This record gives sequence, C-alpha cells and structure tokens, in this order.
Amino acid sequence: MFRWFGHVGQVNATRVAGFAQHLRDGRIMASACTACGAHSFPPRADCARCMSGEFKFVEIKGDGRLFTYTRIAAAPSGFEHDTPYTLGVVELESGGRALAWFGTSIPEEGIHIGMAVQLVPLVDEEREEIHVEYRIERPGATWTRVPRTAVPEGNAP
Amino acid sequence: MNADRVGIVGVGHTSFGRHAESSVQELAFDALRVALADAGLTRDDLDATVIAAVPEYHRQRSIAGVVQEYLGLAGRPTWLTEAACASGSAAVRTAWLAIRSGEHDVVAVIGCQKMTDLPTADILGLMGRVGDVQWEAGFGTTFPGYYAMFAQRYAHEYGDVRPSLTAVAVKNHENGALNPHAMFKKAVDAAKVEASDEVASPLRVFDCCANADGAACVILAREDRARALPARPVWIAGLGAASDTMSVLTRENLTSLPAARRAAREAYAMAGLGPTDVQVAEVHDCFTIAEILAYEDLGFCEPGAGARLAVDGATRRGGRIPVNPDGGLKAKGHPIGATGVSMTHEIVKQLRGEAGPRQVQGARVGLTHNVGGIGQYCFVQVLMVED
Repeated sequence: MFRWFGHVGQVNATRVAGFAQHLRDGRIMASACTACGAHSFPPRADCARCMSGEFKFVEIKGDGRLFTYTRIAAAPSGFEHDTPYTLGVVELESGGRALAWFGTSIPEEGIHIGMAVQLVPLVDEEREEIHVEYRIERPGATWTRVPRTAVPEGNAP
Repeated sequence: MNADRVGIVGVGHTSFGRHAESSVQELAFDALRVALADAGLTRDDLDATVIAAVPEYHRQRSIAGVVQEYLGLAGRPTWLTEAACASGSAAVRTAWLAIRSGEHDVVAVIGCQKMTDLPTADILGLMGRVGDVQWEAGFGTTFPGYYAMFAQRYAHEYGDVRPSLTAVAVKNHENGALNPHAMFKKAVDAAKVEASDEVASPLRVFDCCANADGAACVILAREDRARALPARPVWIAGLGAASDTMSVLTRENLTSLPAARRAAREAYAMAGLGPTDVQVAEVHDCFTIAEILAYEDLGFCEPGAGARLAVDGATRRGGRIPVNPDGGLKAKGHPIGATGVSMTHEIVKQLRGEAGPRQVQGARVGLTHNVGGIGQYCFVQVLMVED
C-alpha cells in the first residue's frame, strides 16, 4: 500500500505503510513512540530515541514554513513529462520536515523561503493506481480528492 | 618518526570523458600500468588491490573481481569499496588501514567507472536516489536538485550567491584547460555560465559536473618500502572520515556538510596541522555551491564567507589557497568511483612539483575533500612531502 505514496511510488514494504491509507482518508500522520512518547515526521516504526518498536500514528495539522525549494528542469526517469516542477521542503510546526510539490494555490513567483504554508493531502484515483501525496499550499487550504471519473464497464472496483 | 607511516609511491590516470570503446576493466588497466611505471614496481609487488566503483552503473556484477582478473592479479586479495561519489577516498582509507594494520605492505587503489553508457535521465534517477527513497524520491528529487536546495538556503542566509557560483565555474574551467586528463579543456566566461540552461534553480548546466568514464590509480606502501623506491614519497599525514543522514529532512541546516567538518577536524588533528597550513586543495565540486560549502567546512574561511572567497580569487592558482588546480569535478568530469582517487593523484603531482602548467609553486602540504551523496559520506586527506 505504501507504493501509493509519492508522485511516483518507490517503496512498497514499510512498517509505517498505514501512513498511505491515512493520507487517502485526508489525514497526515506523524508517529509517536508508545514507550517514550517521541514524535517523528516522517513517521518511523522504531524509535530513534529509545529504540522501542511500538508506535502509534498521531494526526498533524500540516502547517509550517517553507525551508527551501528548487525548480527542477532536468528530471529523472519517470518524471520527464512533469518538468518543470518545483520541490519544497516544509518545516512543520509540529516538528520534522516534509518534501513535496507545490499545489495550485501558490504560484511560482509567490514562493519564498520562510513563507507560511500548509501541507495538504492529495488523493488521485484517476490514474491506473491510487496515488496519494501531499502538496504545499496556502495556509487554510483543504485537501482534495481527484475521483475516478470513468470506470469502464466490467472493471468496477 | 612513526614506523608505520604510509606513503604514496605511484600514481596513474586515464583521461576523463567519454570512453565509448573501452570497458571499465580496460580503463582500470591503463591507470594501473601508469602507476606501476611511476612507482618503479611490477604487479608482483602488489599485496592487494582495492577497487572503488559504484556498482549500479555497470552491467557487470561485483566489479572488483573482474577488474582484478583483467589486471592479471586473480589469486591475490581484492575488494570493492562503495561510498557513492566518495568511493575513491574510501578505498584509499581501507588501503591505508590494511597497511597500518601490518597485514599488507604495498596496496594498489584503483577507482574506475563507466557512466556514459546510461542515458542522462537514468543517471539523474540513480543519483537522485542517493537521497531518501521512501519519503523524497517519489517526488522526483535529483542530485542537482538537492544541492540547489542548499544553494537557495545559502542565498537566503548569506545573500546573493550567483556571482560566487559563477566564479567557481570560471576558475575550474580555467584550470581544466591546463589539464590533459580533463573532459572539458576549455575556459568559459561568466556570461556563458549564466546563460546556460537551468537544471534545478538556481543551478545551471555550468554549475554541474558531468558524468564521465575514467580511472585513476594510486599505490600505497609502508614507509620502509616507500623509501626504497625511486619516486619521492608523498606521505599520508592525516585522514578523517565521517557520515551523515541520507535524508535532508533531518539535517540541522543546509549551509554546511557536517560530515565534511568532522572529517576535516580528524584529518587536521592526525596531521598536527590546520587549514592555514594547506597550500593546495582538491575539493568535491560536484556542483559549484558544493565548492563554496567546502571552503567553509574545511576552515579556509568562516561560515558564510565562502562566497566572498570565490569571488575574490583567493582559490585561483596563485591565490591564497588554490583549490581544484586540475579543474575539479566541474571541468575534469566525474566518473564517480574514480574521482576520489583522481583527487589524491592531483595532490601527489602537485606536491612532487610535477603538475606542469597548473603547478602551484612550492606546495608541500595538500588536502583532498571527497564527498559522497549530499554529504552522507565525507573523507578528507592531508598529504605532505618532506623537505
């Protein structure tokens, strides 16, 4: 299920695969160690602080500030048709950072380091596979689901 | 004097660039042949061979074995070291450790890589995956993209960085023009650098090193063996090594590579020297911003002053601290497994006074700084010659 995550999924098996399911339901989750309470984002199953292997997901709001960004013109395999695209790193208010694309609420010329932003779930069921990610949007933006528009006869899920 | 000092007794280098008609083991052979002749040794003198290469670029699996066989050395120990773009210096370190341990007397280190067989988009993909794959690569991260994010952050904290990025590119091409092994033996001006296509803002084509094929070899020997050979040994006075997170999401800042700072500190301490003693340096300029971070991480200037150092010309030949006299990765090309070995090769040539038109006059202490990935690995060497 974790292969849903990202514009082009890379990793399938991970102990925090449930992150992708939560994202599909519109929630961005961090992990909290059930032994010592340490929070991590991106989530991790095994606590970096106390080495416990027990964790639970905790929802975060996704608000933060832009830490850095770059517009990619030369793309790796699998992204050739997406150029140019802009990557940003968000420093989350709740701790940790996330790397993501910018959403439609922030035009290219409006991007600057330090700006207040919001990480917002994006669910895209239009493609052959479900695909979930988060986008960097203006504070207060809400999450979006791109529904499956035309399911061919006989191929209903 | 320490009895188990390790000297570099021979060096060899192929040209870097596109070698469409040579296999990787053939390139390795060329570099070894030159290094053996330089050292006045034969293959029989080699106790072991350490190969530096990044395996993902080659069709051949487990490259050390096939190189060793082609060199005619099958039977004797060989192994591969991999630390991304720092594989070469990682190999020098393992050879040094093998000699210091007393196990081997003479060890050849060969860095070799063929990259140009792969399409650029595939290489961008491979390189981009040196960042975290689980949380980052799914968004199309690239290697230049990561360093671009460092550059943006550097500009945010210290001001416009474009003039210094350009100064690094111009300087390294000026030096590369004097290096017969360089991929690009051509000077460029600032206008050309700044008009080149954008790769990942703010980095442009002329801010990025090029994928290349090539090999370099250095032969290391225990002190007594080194002294018995014809060439003037170049001594490994200090080594440092460190690592850092794969993910940029957990780095404290993006204006320094902590692994480089740590490796430099160790290498200086072992050598009993400091940054002001270094007279020539080879630093890992995979992107122009990386050379500026290197100036600061190696202590050539204060944090935030690297941009100024580049613009002032202090790192040109004839400047206060000449950096990348061979053109650096930028002009020389970057066959990733070979690069660290190539850096050591250049410092050996410089300290022996054999660098020809690119010679830094009177250099007796030199340094190499070889970075893997976005600072996930860093190896620093302090090399010197005796009076």
